[in-house]
Amino acid sequence: MPNMIELSYREALQKGIVEEMERDQNVFLMGEDIGRYQGTFKVTRGLVEKFGQRDNRYNLRILDTPITEAGFAGIATGAAMAGLRPIVEFMTMSFSILALDQIINHTAKIHYMTNGVVKCPIVFRGPGGAAKQLSAQHSHSMEGWYAHVPGLKVLAPSTPADVYGMMKSAVRDDNPVILYENPGLYAIKGMVPEDDASFTVPIGKAAILREGKDISLVGYSRMTQINLEVAELLAKDGIDAEVVDVRSLLPLDTETIYASVKKTHRAVVVYEDWRSGGFGAEIAARIGEDCFDDLDAPVLRVGGLNVPMPYARNLELQCIPDADDVLAAVRKAF
Amino acid sequence: MLFIRRFEEQCNIAYRAGLAGGYMHTYIGMEALASGWINSIRKGYDYVITAYRDHAHALLLGTDAVAVMAEIIGRKGGTAGGKGGSMHIYDPENGFYGGWGIVGGHVPLGAGLAYAARYRNEDRVVLNFMGDGAANQGVVYETLNMASLYDLPCIFIVENNEFAMGTRLEYHAADPELWKRGQPYNMKCERVDGMDVIQMRKDAQRIIDWVRENQKPYWVEVMTYRYAGHGAADNDRQLYRTKEEEEVAWARDPIARLRKYLIDNNIMSEEAIEAVEAETEAEALAVLEKAKESPFPDTDEVYDNIYTDMTPEKGH
Repeated sequence: MPNMIELSYREALQKGIVEEMERDQNVFLMGEDIGRYQGTFKVTRGLVEKFGQRDNRYNLRILDTPITEAGFAGIATGAAMAGLRPIVEFMTMSFSILALDQIINHTAKIHYMTNGVVKCPIVFRGPGGAAKQLSAQHSHSMEGWYAHVPGLKVLAPSTPADVYGMMKSAVRDDNPVILYENPGLYAIKGMVPEDDASFTVPIGKAAILREGKDISLVGYSRMTQINLEVAELLAKDGIDAEVVDVRSLLPLDTETIYASVKKTHRAVVVYEDWRSGGFGAEIAARIGEDCFDDLDAPVLRVGGLNVPMPYARNLELQCIPDADDVLAAVRKAF
Repeated sequence: MLFIRRFEEQCNIAYRAGLAGGYMHTYIGMEALASGWINSIRKGYDYVITAYRDHAHALLLGTDAVAVMAEIIGRKGGTAGGKGGSMHIYDPENGFYGGWGIVGGHVPLGAGLAYAARYRNEDRVVLNFMGDGAANQGVVYETLNMASLYDLPCIFIVENNEFAMGTRLEYHAADPELWKRGQPYNMKCERVDGMDVIQMRKDAQRIIDWVRENQKPYWVEVMTYRYAGHGAADNDRQLYRTKEEEEVAWARDPIARLRKYLIDNNIMSEEAIEAVEAETEAEALAVLEKAKESPFPDTDEVYDNIYTDMTPEKGH
């Protein structure tokens, strides 16, 4: 067993980035205000001092970009085509909407359009979903949009150890990877391997964070933390819930999800994105199609309200699924 | 130049015969432009990227003409195994990075290739071709800003053939002097003639040498004209230009111009030129025939190379 250390999600993520930059000279960072300003959510705090020089007009390894998402997503993609391994930070995933043409119509398709001749090893990462009162234009959950696209991989880890290990796997992957981080997770703490730079968490494997026999609570990113809370509340009522942390949306580990549903015979899928057409709908549809005979209740979804995110704190909280919303769905399943 | 023209004519024949489909854009009239530029780089070392009017660039870089034609007619032996088509020819071994379909969308990718060269302290340059239509896309200007900010060795080449699809330059550009558009980004800019291959070659070499030496970007507007329609499906050119205008433009035909130059200066005789013309015609014809021998891709290849290491969910 490696030595373990308690780190926040933010620190664990940075640890993964730093280790990969130290391992491979081709890995570099670019994004808005990631260098001198230390990152809007401080994920890149201290890195310009570590890998570059603060006073240079630009540092090619820790590149502060202008506020031009499409342009820098495209430049990173071109650099990846030539063999570099960029990690691109979007200040929030909401801003990646400006870069959708690059990511979907260029980055994701290069390998296929060249029939495998050109590889595009690149990571796009950043916070997605609601932070706190950032209102309608800064609170998008983009992971379902990206998980729709063949050619991309989409990861949404919920714990410090997973974000550390999945960040490292994403950098080593030869395909474009989206790493979706919920801002509500940055401060949570957890145990992470301290001095094992070879540690990774595989892409495409879900995890069972709590075993149970009565119902499967399926979620990813911050919703997994809600599901763990709900499972504890349910235990007091004598309901033994299993918490399935999807972790990787594309590829999706249906094997682990189905095995859980076949054991518990009930499933609630929880996601922060708009309920209608969000990625949880895809998970629910697959469980419905492939596990129909094992189900004792319809597969239920708990998603974000189908409204642009409002500013007022009470309205915002109303939009984001919480433990009470999940509990209500669980009650419907029995 | 002559081979490109004859090749493109064969493409039109293939399109009319139903062998090629979709969108296909020929380079007829513009041959001197890519010839001048691409013959001035270190082939296989420097990087080249362009939009969807891409056959000529690949041929000039040394991509197998049969593989290019096979791609255009969607065959297994094509440069992308039939998955790309006319608009998506790639050959990175020869420095060719496509072949892109979204107007202006590839321009940041080209700057990214230059970023990689800069990052590794190599002295490669990038030829980043686009059409005059692309010169209005926002992402192009985001790219110019960053290319200049980070000293990227990237030459932005606007192939100004006077039309963005069917819209004449003065109807789509508030200032039709596109050569000025690099100026706000603090980069060298100029306009050159792309219809005289000898002059094009000289200008290209001068600019490429400057960029390699100075490690800075450059914005160049190259004046040209496409005799062809926008794409093979563009059957009514009279919607946006007159026959008279086309006739005037034909007087600037870069191939006829070079032919005259060779004869006037006693470099080649009429007979020697005719022999080359006949040979080139036969060669282009043989390319199409040979490409037709390549089979269609196997249906089980449809899932191949979406990822390097996995396939997505299969089935409908």
